[in-house]
Amino acid sequence: MRFAVVQFGGSNCDRDVHHVLESVCGVDADLVWYKERLGNRYDAVVIPGGFSYGDYLRAGAIAARTPIMADIIGHAGAGGLVLGICNGAQIGAESGLVEGTFTMNRTPKFICEWVHLRVETADSAFTSAYRQGEVIRIPIAHKEGRFVTTPDVLERMEREGRIAFKFCDEQGAVTAESNPNGSLGNITGILGKENNVLMMMPHPERASEDILGSADGKRLFDSMIAHIERRE
Amino acid sequence: MKFEVQITIALKEGMLDPEAMAIQHALNNLGFATEGLRTASIYRITLDAPTPEDARATAMEMCERLLANPVIHDYHVEVAQ
Repeated sequence: MRFAVVQFGGSNCDRDVHHVLESVCGVDADLVWYKERLGNRYDAVVIPGGFSYGDYLRAGAIAARTPIMADIIGHAGAGGLVLGICNGAQIGAESGLVEGTFTMNRTPKFICEWVHLRVETADSAFTSAYRQGEVIRIPIAHKEGRFVTTPDVLERMEREGRIAFKFCDEQGAVTAESNPNGSLGNITGILGKENNVLMMMPHPERASEDILGSADGKRLFDSMIAHIERRE
Repeated sequence: MKFEVQITIALKEGMLDPEAMAIQHALNNLGFATEGLRTASIYRITLDAPTPEDARATAMEMCERLLANPVIHDYHVEVAQ
């Protein structure tokens, strides 16, 4: 089993994800520079957070049009796992790996804080180690993280169970007050059509060890590892 | 033939524009009674194309493939020689 963690110029959560995969979860992971090609030796690809291309044009827009993204889209099309975190989620949405997009927060400022998320489905390669409806605690750190899509796409995503995480309060109530960035329907984690792609604004790698204040994010990586083991 | 192309990218009508809201708030604080402020990005590009129609088509392809995000943006292209 081998993970790829893709590095763009301006990625800054790449080593955190690599650390969690290798030192906390105990799986092999390579840092892959975006000018390299992906090949077909990886079971999962993580697009980490950061500020690729300085967030010029729109966050994630330029990285989404690099050749390695064509490799990642091909990897997803062949059933491989793809996880995009924060800037990685913006890149994934810009590349069409999921529907909808992440844009400027309702209050146009950078928000860095711990939030509560409600797990909307445990039926995916990324969330099987959670219970549906469970409340987890993971931090966010973004300025362009407000999820937007059209009403018909939202309706279809809900019907198809492609919403992974919603902002909620400590008790799990999805309220306007618990929505830090104005995301449509409090949504902050969305699955691709085949449930092997997840794009999320919160940072599970920053909440994968108790010493950091929460290990709730580790179970996301555990879910991916269990999915790959089942497939092998 | 060289053409000067101006591309305007704006949020779709009805789409929340948080930057515009913050700017309008600041203008109001300065005593300017503004309303309905919206932001947009303008790109000026020099293009080589056989005709103005070709220059426009190329600019529109740029919008479709990179400059605009179809989920949230509309775009407008003006071509001058």
